[in-house]
Amino acid sequence: MNTVLEAKNINKFFEKPVRFQVLKNINFKIEKGEFVSIMGKSGCGKSTLLYILSTMDTEYEGSLLLNDEVISGQSSNNLSYIRNKHIGFVFQFHYLLADFTVLENIMLPAKKLGKKTLEEIEKDAYEKLKLLKIEHLALKKASQVSGGEKQRVAIARALINNPSIIMGDEPTGNLDSNNANNVFNIFRELCDTQHLSLLIVTHDEDFAKRTDRIIMMEDGKIIS
Amino acid sequence: MINWSVILTIAKTHLITKIKQTSVAALGVTFGIGAYITLVSFMTGLNSMLDNLVMNQTPHIHIYNEIEPSKEQPIALYEKITNSTHIVHSIKPKLSQKKIHNALPLIKYLNEDINVKGAIPQIKAQIFYMAGSIEIAGNLTGINALEEAKLFHLKDYIIEGSVEGLHNNENGILLGIGIAKKMALRVGDRIQISTIKGDVFPLRIVGLYQSGIKDVDAIQSFSNLKTAQRILGEAENYITDINVKLNDVAMALPMAKKIERQFELKAIDINTANAQFETGTSVRNLITYAVSITLLIVAGFGIYNILNMLIYEKMNDIAILKATGFSGKDVQMIFMSQAMIIGLVGGALGLLVGFGISSLISTIPFETEALPTIKTYPINFNPWFYGIGIVFALVSTFFAGYLPAQKAKKIDPVKIIRGQ
Repeated sequence: MNTVLEAKNINKFFEKPVRFQVLKNINFKIEKGEFVSIMGKSGCGKSTLLYILSTMDTEYEGSLLLNDEVISGQSSNNLSYIRNKHIGFVFQFHYLLADFTVLENIMLPAKKLGKKTLEEIEKDAYEKLKLLKIEHLALKKASQVSGGEKQRVAIARALINNPSIIMGDEPTGNLDSNNANNVFNIFRELCDTQHLSLLIVTHDEDFAKRTDRIIMMEDGKIIS
Repeated sequence: MINWSVILTIAKTHLITKIKQTSVAALGVTFGIGAYITLVSFMTGLNSMLDNLVMNQTPHIHIYNEIEPSKEQPIALYEKITNSTHIVHSIKPKLSQKKIHNALPLIKYLNEDINVKGAIPQIKAQIFYMAGSIEIAGNLTGINALEEAKLFHLKDYIIEGSVEGLHNNENGILLGIGIAKKMALRVGDRIQISTIKGDVFPLRIVGLYQSGIKDVDAIQSFSNLKTAQRILGEAENYITDINVKLNDVAMALPMAKKIERQFELKAIDINTANAQFETGTSVRNLITYAVSITLLIVAGFGIYNILNMLIYEKMNDIAILKATGFSGKDVQMIFMSQAMIIGLVGGALGLLVGFGISSLISTIPFETEALPTIKTYPINFNPWFYGIGIVFALVSTFFAGYLPAQKAKKIDPVKIIRGQ
């Protein structure tokens, strides 16, 4: 199996208000097509870990490998490119650009990547919308769709560049159980049919139980 | 690697959704640039009008024989008292002729100099205008009318008659408007003048002259060189003054010094003769630029403020853009291009507004006795001002946008995403 993401000896300290070690010697691997969830109590460092893995947080010790390539210590421009190309993001709150339409929101990361023509990008975007069964929302303003729909739009946006891995920071945390279930089913399907790797931080035990593997964290360490 | 079309689309969408703030910011620039164009066009228009009032008529170098006491008195030649101090009371000026010695070869010499646009002779004479038993003192200047018109804009000051009319009439006189009014004379009438010696000559009035300076108009008139020579009973080489116009005014002082040394004549350059006038011009320019720059700086602060607010409102957008792969530089460029768009649109509108207002001012009637040829307010439509205006708009919006954009570049997306 191919390793998509690997963390080696990751340590992280908060300097303020006092020096405090948030993450202690984190080591793990995520294989291609694996659906992994990270669980743990508030403050155990799981979100911090996720943001390090996402390359947005660069102040840590240890090394991070994406598709067997070391990405720690690269320039912020390179990291932006990596995020754009290889990592899809879904947040707890549905972060969409409110002034743009749903379609534009989805197309934006692909436009930034600039590998395809505008027509191809638009076709891709409609494909992703169809996959998530929300193509009827394409031309609505992002601020005018409901919470559950927004989260699906965010997933479509995360998928647009066909990333190696999708990361989620409590993507169902703000949704009712029905919508949360929907989102899980979408993730499950993406994993099963498209062999996408997923790494989801969650509080929701039901959600976590249905994933392939659970990484349990406590006090900055992986305990199981 | 920056994908400009994406960045500009985002910038445009931000600006359009916040159209109110955008217009306020752009209007700030419009106001600043418009006011700058109007002010600078109007002020420099007025300035050059006032400058011309003096400059057109004033020679760059005026050469004449000065009546003054000898610098060296005869006593200095007396050897026995060379080491003593000598005091001479009541020194009288030296008797010298008014005529410039060898004037015609001198004029020819000056006209051959590459710095000289033209050197023309004048004859100045004191005369009396006679009306019955009344005699009014005045000045008659003998001129070469055509040359005078070419170099010193004589035409602008003739309100009736023409330069050619004077040139073609051996007995013609171009009479100051003040005297004409006093003596109730019109073009075509005859006037008698008398020299200091008492000789009386009848002359025909071929035109009326108004310089704009009342005291001058009340005494000054012009005739041809030959007419003046005949009235004074002098030969054809009798010339009392030479007026020189240079190609470059800056050369006036060294040139005047050179002429003084070389020909033992008095040569006054324009800056020495009109020192205070130069100061006035530069102070007016200074005020114009100070006011314009102040306006633009105020507009710049407006843009700074609005962009700052926009960035606070768009924190989420910035975080999302960064999370989905836009670099700090991209985000910076988004906000910079917003600032530049505001500057460009506001500045261009400002140029139009400035042009409109200054065109409007240039149609307002402005009639004054002092300036016979000017009918409306003078406006200087110099294209340079428009160039400077748009450049200033872009530069000031660039600086106003730079700090907020720098801030947006540095925003840490993790803090914003986790902060909620």
